[in-house]
Amino acid sequence: MHVNNTAEEKEALTQQKSKLGVSLFFIYLVCYAGFVILGVFKYELLATTVFFGLNLALTYGIGLIIFAVILGVIYNYYCTRYEDQAEEADNQMEGGSK
Amino acid sequence: MIYDISFTALAFFFIFVGLVLGLSFYFGRKKSSSSSYYAAGGQIHWAVNGIAFAGDYLSAASFLGICGMIAIAGFDGFLYAIGFLAGWIVALFLIAEPFKRLGKYTFTDALNAKFNSRAITLTASISTLIISIFYLIPQMVGAGDLVMPLLGLPHWAGVILVGAIVIAIVASAGMASTTYVQFLKGGLLIVLSLALTVYILRNGLSTPPDFKENNYHTFIELTPETKDDKLVSVQGWNVITQQRSGDKTFVKLEQNGIERWFDWQKQDGKSLLKETLTITLKNDGTSLYNGEVKENRKFYQVGHLSKIIVNGQELSQTGPLGPFEFLSTIKDSEVVRFLQVKLTDGNDQVSVYYPEVTSGSKFMLPGLKYKIGSDANLWSKMDFVSLMLALFLGTAALPHILIRYYTVKTPRDARKSTILAIAAIGGFYILTLFIGLGAGVNGVMDVESSNMAAPLLARAFGAALFSIISAVAFATVLGTVAGLIVASSGAIAHDFIDVYLKKDLDDDKKVKVGKIAAVVVGVFAILLGMAFQGINVSFLVGWAFAIAASANLPAILFLLFWKKTSSTGIAASIVTGIISSLAIILTSPTMWDKYGLGAGNAMHQLENPALISFPLAVLTVYIVTKLYPKKVKDLSPATGQ
Repeated sequence: MHVNNTAEEKEALTQQKSKLGVSLFFIYLVCYAGFVILGVFKYELLATTVFFGLNLALTYGIGLIIFAVILGVIYNYYCTRYEDQAEEADNQMEGGSK
Repeated sequence: MIYDISFTALAFFFIFVGLVLGLSFYFGRKKSSSSSYYAAGGQIHWAVNGIAFAGDYLSAASFLGICGMIAIAGFDGFLYAIGFLAGWIVALFLIAEPFKRLGKYTFTDALNAKFNSRAITLTASISTLIISIFYLIPQMVGAGDLVMPLLGLPHWAGVILVGAIVIAIVASAGMASTTYVQFLKGGLLIVLSLALTVYILRNGLSTPPDFKENNYHTFIELTPETKDDKLVSVQGWNVITQQRSGDKTFVKLEQNGIERWFDWQKQDGKSLLKETLTITLKNDGTSLYNGEVKENRKFYQVGHLSKIIVNGQELSQTGPLGPFEFLSTIKDSEVVRFLQVKLTDGNDQVSVYYPEVTSGSKFMLPGLKYKIGSDANLWSKMDFVSLMLALFLGTAALPHILIRYYTVKTPRDARKSTILAIAAIGGFYILTLFIGLGAGVNGVMDVESSNMAAPLLARAFGAALFSIISAVAFATVLGTVAGLIVASSGAIAHDFIDVYLKKDLDDDKKVKVGKIAAVVVGVFAILLGMAFQGINVSFLVGWAFAIAASANLPAILFLLFWKKTSSTGIAASIVTGIISSLAIILTSPTMWDKYGLGAGNAMHQLENPALISFPLAVLTVYIVTKLYPKKVKDLSPATGQ
């Protein structure tokens, strides 16, 4: 990140994180909406046994809960990485100007 | 239902409440300024905050309501768990960090950070107040339900007790105490739910569901003499009357001066009378339970499996089960649920709870409360979509959840808090599935209120577990109510009086006004808690989520993601969201039933308003912004600091 203005750099970091957040949100939205749409239009499918004797409704439901946690961890990992990179770039710049 | 007072439970209860109050007063002495009253001065560690987030969120609705709804309606209760958790995705990915960067104390301040508009201040503080009150109702209802078996007190006494304790906590201390209390209680709730789940799985399933402490009632079946559609005689009983309700027929019989109602079923051309539970409200205001006074204890806890099928074989007992085995066994078995019908018998109002055999495969699918199969009508499908929408979009817009974003120092910490909260809450929600199902099939349900499913299940396993779980659940309610009252007193004292009316209050006065507001809101919550007795608390929380999603979320999203959004657009959207969602709720079948007009006669059949009110509010913010665009002077970047 080669910007020499801290405010701009912060702005870039904010943009980066916000873009990540929005994309992950849409991924989850599609999965969640999938469940609702299945319920309204293809209800019978939810009764199919898929896994350890559980039906699709339960598997999908528990899956949505676990998936939310996984996405949260991914989000945190990348945000922290972006922040560390930005900080590093910041430090390098300070070092260079001395 | 009448309950015995448990002295072990009482002892634990008082120790716990004492601990909570002690903590509040301890932290209360440390606070000095108004910023520490509202947001604990931004000094709380992220991990503590994360579990406190979970503690806030795992309110009576989650622990009491979801378990209860799963116990009586199977998978439909779990829909709440799925939706409540999904809501955190919106909170974390879209709202959390931008809000933290805006750096304000209350929801109104954050929304208004770029505009300084009096219209936003006014509308946002009103929406905070209304959402908080709608969220307070279920907490109070849950509190009343909790004390009935715990202390042997009537419902109203529990509601007053919680109200009084919380008013004392909030008026004396403020937010610092509630964060630590929420942390303690959030952690305990998760640990105890895990313990309860282990008990359920180790205990396995059995017919009838007998426990050391709980002998299940054997329901009687009678064979009557009939002629055409008339009941002629039943051996040993006098036939009094028969009544139709929908496609069912109920008959009233008498034996030894006691009147009982039976469900007349026809199986393979043969008639069979099945015992029901009844509560008869007499003209003089007294109630009879199964035809006798409450004190005779002839009213039973119910809910059981009529058949247990494992690998195609019928068993009477399974022994310990693994988590997947537990779920799949219930799916393959037959569940007996008790459904309610209301009859009018002369001057008496009779609530009949009749046994209904439901196949496990249906019980483990959505559709028992929110009908969505091919035979479902449009209203109930819309209701399902509306509920899922409200739960998804409501979380991020709840005012008492947002407040916690400000109690950690940096956006990085706010993020870590939120993820810890999601993991803790997600884990907890998976446990509610086991607790709810366990309560539904282990003969512990109180037909008068589904909210007590989890604590009553714990009671079947032993007094100690019951007492601890009740105490934690009670503390859960205390903590959540405290958080909500802080949020609403903030809305009144800070947003409305200080900012909107521009009364230049000094720090001391601000705190004082906040405390007075807290007392007023608390008393109001007590009254509403009494009025909504008996309704499932998750269902009630669904309303709060719908209002939050409609009134607040469009405003927040547009503010954060559309630079052109004008203050007029935001204020108009909040107003539209509040009015449309409130109007739909107040004319819904549940409210019509509360007004005594009969749910079937309601103006529409939509129980949850979000499907209509959310899009309306989104349209409003867009159209009004187009009509009344931002003035040039407040054209700052939307992601400003």
